[in-house]
Amino acid sequence: MSGHSTYNPQNPVLKWFEARLPIVGLIHSSFVAYPTPRNLNYWWTFGAILSVMLGVQIITGVVLAMHYTPHVDLAFNSVEHIMRDVNYGWLLRYMHANGASMFFIAVYIHMFRGLYYGSYKAPREVLWMLGVVIFLLMMATGFMGYVLPWGQMSLWGAIVITNLFSAIPIVGEYVTTWLWGGFSVDNPTLNRFFSLHYLLPFMIAGVVGLHIWALHVTGQNNPTGVEVKSTSDTVAFTPYATLKDGFAVVCFFIFFAWFIFYTPNYLGHADNYIRANPLQTPAHIVPEWYFLPFYAILRAIPSKLGGVVAMFSAIIVLFFLPWLDTAKVRSAKYRPLYRYFFWIFVVVCILLGYIGASPPEGLYITVGRLLTAYYFLHFLVILPVLGLVEKPLPLPASITEAVLGPNHGGVSVVPSSSAAAPERRA
Amino acid sequence: MTHALVQAVKAAAVAIAVFAATPSLAAEGGAHPEKAGWSFSGPLGHFDRGQLQRGFKVYREVCASCHSMNLISFRNLMEEGGPEFSEGQVRQLASEYKVTDGPNDAGEMFERPARLSDRFPSPFPNEQAARAAQGGAYPPDFSLLAKARTYSRGVWLSLLDLVLQYQEHGPDYIHALLTGYDHQPPEGSHGQTGLHYNPYFPGGWIAMPKPISDGQVEYPDGSPTTVEQYSRDVSAFMMWAAEPHLETRKRIGFQVMVFLIIFAGLLYFTKKKVWSDVAH
Repeated sequence: MSGHSTYNPQNPVLKWFEARLPIVGLIHSSFVAYPTPRNLNYWWTFGAILSVMLGVQIITGVVLAMHYTPHVDLAFNSVEHIMRDVNYGWLLRYMHANGASMFFIAVYIHMFRGLYYGSYKAPREVLWMLGVVIFLLMMATGFMGYVLPWGQMSLWGAIVITNLFSAIPIVGEYVTTWLWGGFSVDNPTLNRFFSLHYLLPFMIAGVVGLHIWALHVTGQNNPTGVEVKSTSDTVAFTPYATLKDGFAVVCFFIFFAWFIFYTPNYLGHADNYIRANPLQTPAHIVPEWYFLPFYAILRAIPSKLGGVVAMFSAIIVLFFLPWLDTAKVRSAKYRPLYRYFFWIFVVVCILLGYIGASPPEGLYITVGRLLTAYYFLHFLVILPVLGLVEKPLPLPASITEAVLGPNHGGVSVVPSSSAAAPERRA
Repeated sequence: MTHALVQAVKAAAVAIAVFAATPSLAAEGGAHPEKAGWSFSGPLGHFDRGQLQRGFKVYREVCASCHSMNLISFRNLMEEGGPEFSEGQVRQLASEYKVTDGPNDAGEMFERPARLSDRFPSPFPNEQAARAAQGGAYPPDFSLLAKARTYSRGVWLSLLDLVLQYQEHGPDYIHALLTGYDHQPPEGSHGQTGLHYNPYFPGGWIAMPKPISDGQVEYPDGSPTTVEQYSRDVSAFMMWAAEPHLETRKRIGFQVMVFLIIFAGLLYFTKKKVWSDVAH
């Protein structure tokens, strides 16, 4: 995906094949020879972690679907059948359920990394927007997946969230009935949620393909935010990035395994082990943890329509981020003021999550509103103004200079690793 | 600009103060159960067979008169990682239950002794019958109760629970509830007629009367026949019923962890070697 391939097969069969379908060359230029900035830190490994997690979710999900029954009378017991009687079914289900949470942890870190290092700025606007599309698809997939076990929180979460659409003026009720396939969340709803829950991950995989394509057109950003200028700024993807990503993925798996094997229900809700009952409302209806900041924004606005608009705006605003941030310098490393506002924004998001988990009463409402206001203030006022008034620190001339010091600026200091040298792009 | 910065820092400080002060606001529901300490907690946790067998005896002789357990089959009682009764014991046990089967060739339903593959028969034919017999209350099914019950520990303790792997909220709650019937209701608190005071139940008033008393169930292994012991045993049994593969999960988990940590170490040094001639 990154220009002309340097792949030059010697084997006659591979040569024959490459002349007809240059797919091995494509893989080679994308994941072997692809030049990656030499100064990437471990925050840059979350792209690989996310790709692996998408694979884990799809594989476990496909097997789970072989044993699951999407019917209101059978779904709950079919999940218990998986937990009790399917060989290693408990492992598949705990991997899948906790995998969703891991996916969101990784995507939030990935997004905050983008925010910190200004990875959304020109020429990477489309790359960033494709990421926001993936995030939206993930939210829809996660929400529908949580409905499938048909426990109390599944049903009541589905009721609360689908009811949001009834806030749309005039057509709201029709839209909700259409989504439900009836007049309440019932069997048709569960059926279509299962169908869509199976479909959306493949759409995510498609958009991930576009995301990686866009990434390989512009090249990766890096902690300095200075574009790659010479071959000495980069190393070959393989073995350098592959090994670093591999190490990070295994470390992430240790974290993941802690949840699967030792605290598998920590991120779930006890009420979801009670079969769905439309006649009995749980004391607190709480969405999955990864929706909590947006849930807090939804509840911060006193009108239903206003809340829904605010919640969706909180994500839509991300599409405009590349143009809202007026700063020319990318990395927060060289932006002395933005650096503080970034961390304040992180804290605000975490607090919004806390407010989303708390009952909407008393002080929580006031704090929730203040935090919601700040969330939008950050994007709509602080970022545009900051770029105009902030005086950035002097940037290094190149990545090489940032790594090796000022004397190495334009000189080509080729890493002398013999393993990688032949595969470097000329 | 500095003004805006100061404002923002102030706002964050207020928000953090609220964050830190909230556990007191969040406290609700019933009294907090004490941690009872379980053989199955922690990374190497495993069930105590004797305890599961005693717990099953308590379930069978006391709880089963009102509570169903319809996700459990008789065969589960002899499977690895559970009470591990012998096959003979379980066959004998199953044959003491009657289940409805059919229709037979004459088109009629008939009763027969239960087999290993049968689920535990419910004490009531349906929810309505259960409610009618219990003054309107519906005794919940036992199969998942140990995972379907919990209590709130606030933000900070919950984070600690993740690190220390405290996952026994359900059994602790059940144990506390079963031993919590002897408390007096606070001054001025009255439940509806037919409800019983128990500080651990959310709201304080529960439909289930004190279910078990000292000496009610005989233990063949000489364990104390006290409410305290019964409660522990039946709570442990319920945890097994809710999570029958808990032992396998923790055992495999340990192996996976060891593998991943070694693998991560190897990858780290490989990566270090490959990167050793590239300043980064």
